[in-house]
Amino acid sequence: MRTLLLAWRYLTYHRALAFILVICLTISMFLPLCVNLMVDYYERDLIERSQATPLLIGARGNRYDLVLKSLYFTAEQPETIAWSEVEMVLDSGRGIPIPLHVRYSAQGQPVAGTSPEYFEFRGLSPKDGTLPLMLGDAVLGAGVARKLSLKVGDYLLTDQASLYDLASVYPLKMKVVGILNDTHTPDDHAVFVDYKTTWVIEGIGHGHTDLAAADRSVILKREEKNVVGNAAVLEYAEITRDNINEFHFHGDWANFPLTSVIVLPESVKSATLVKSQINASKTIQMLVPLEVIEELLGVVFRVKRFFDANFLLVAIATALFMVLVVMLSLRIRQREMETMFRIGCSRMTIFWLQVSELAIILLISAGLAGILSNGVLVFAPDVLRTMSH
Amino acid sequence: MDMIRLDNLHFRYPRDTFSLRIPGLAIEKKEKVAFIGPSGCGKTTLANLIAGIYRPNAGTIMVNDFNVSELSDRRCRDFRISNIGFIFQEFELVEYLNVHENILLPFLVNRSLVLNSRIRNEAATLADSVGLGDKLRRRPGKLSQGERQRLAICRALITRPPIIIADEPTGNLDPANTGLIMQLILEQVEEREATFLMVSHDHSLLVDFDQVVDVHELASGSEP
Repeated sequence: MRTLLLAWRYLTYHRALAFILVICLTISMFLPLCVNLMVDYYERDLIERSQATPLLIGARGNRYDLVLKSLYFTAEQPETIAWSEVEMVLDSGRGIPIPLHVRYSAQGQPVAGTSPEYFEFRGLSPKDGTLPLMLGDAVLGAGVARKLSLKVGDYLLTDQASLYDLASVYPLKMKVVGILNDTHTPDDHAVFVDYKTTWVIEGIGHGHTDLAAADRSVILKREEKNVVGNAAVLEYAEITRDNINEFHFHGDWANFPLTSVIVLPESVKSATLVKSQINASKTIQMLVPLEVIEELLGVVFRVKRFFDANFLLVAIATALFMVLVVMLSLRIRQREMETMFRIGCSRMTIFWLQVSELAIILLISAGLAGILSNGVLVFAPDVLRTMSH
Repeated sequence: MDMIRLDNLHFRYPRDTFSLRIPGLAIEKKEKVAFIGPSGCGKTTLANLIAGIYRPNAGTIMVNDFNVSELSDRRCRDFRISNIGFIFQEFELVEYLNVHENILLPFLVNRSLVLNSRIRNEAATLADSVGLGDKLRRRPGKLSQGERQRLAICRALITRPPIIIADEPTGNLDPANTGLIMQLILEQVEEREATFLMVSHDHSLLVDFDQVVDVHELASGSEP
């Protein structure tokens, strides 16, 4: 205890020296710890979500983009597939298809168009309000609600794809009908709408005044079964209970786009059959997200090994730096040590005094590195999400 | 009965040409002895030999019935803790400890000494007696030269050693402080009935000493 007291007194007297040592050691302990924690968290996060998603159908192309977009609502926009692919799975009776259309954003947050089965599949429930009940309704992930300070009853606009494209569809004003509970998954950072709403955002569906009953000034021509309006016909930029019946979709429903379809197979056998059926196609592919993510993590771990080697070198450099500091300290304190020896202090006690000083510095540094690492654990989800966007 | 007795002492620093030969020296209990002589004649070396810091190459050193030249390192340390109090020219205070802790330093660095509230109070009383009672929480850096040496004296006295060794204790003090410090040391030595050995260049300080040993003469008398 007396040795510790002396060591503590020395360190508090030489605060600047102790502070620099603590900072150096804290950084050299925290960095590898932080990288390991982040990689562990990243791995767990990716694995958990991909494990929970048995099969995924999407367009042929970059498998990573398809999985990342469908599971994490990130990465580049993948190619689309047709609604008929959903119907094919439905008709086969081998699994439940959950459509996903993730191509647009609202106030910077990804808009995920899906069906009610998605919420049940991911275990999402509203903290406030309800799930999307009708066209134009939006349900916010907890993170989005916090970030945009939105509550049930508020509105949010979709982002315009191109400001310079005059022919592009106007942003859609969506009503917030619900806010989901926190899940600490990418679902917290998405805006959920019915998949048909994303088709409205895309311009496949729209609503305008009934031309049959419209003013003559907006009519170009009337035919037996067709009325043609001019550019003065205004399209609705918001879907309400009053105008919802005016909304309609143009084209063949079977060709309407989706970015992917999550498939929940009935059994392992069903999964195998659906996979072989889908993968026979030249335009679409069926993936097992876990396999793709494990492949991706293989790359991450190769990079991590490089970091580990770097950290080893940093650790050696820090250890040498500490040795240098101790040696210089011993030289500077030679007279102090000699005085202690003369008044009866053993060489071993002097040695333990030095060890205690180092131990205190190491303990404080380890404690600080631990606290910072705890902070990393708390903020890792947000940090990783921010990095991935 | 001699407190300190040296017989046929020979000491040589390793890797150095300097050597010290003392044919014999006896110092009685409570005696005040000054070691004088030119620089480099071996005054401090002789004091360190008596304190057991250096080991002689030949001869015997008996101090308070201990044959210092034959003690093991551990026993020599124990001997020093219980028998010797040091006062240095450069004070050698520990800058990161306050006045109270500096006085208690022998107790802080020696496990064999019990540090309790009685000792703490004794340290405070000792500081009070040398005029440092209101500066117990101060660091040595905040003290004057005279105060620093008084603090060093307190540290030498706290273990109540029967022998006090002072190596040029006034070497770093101005004339006014020199007189005061010498007076203080001699008062404390007499009060504690200790044997006092002082290494000094200053012949004006030797009036109150019982024995003055010119180490150069003593050593040269033994040369073959």
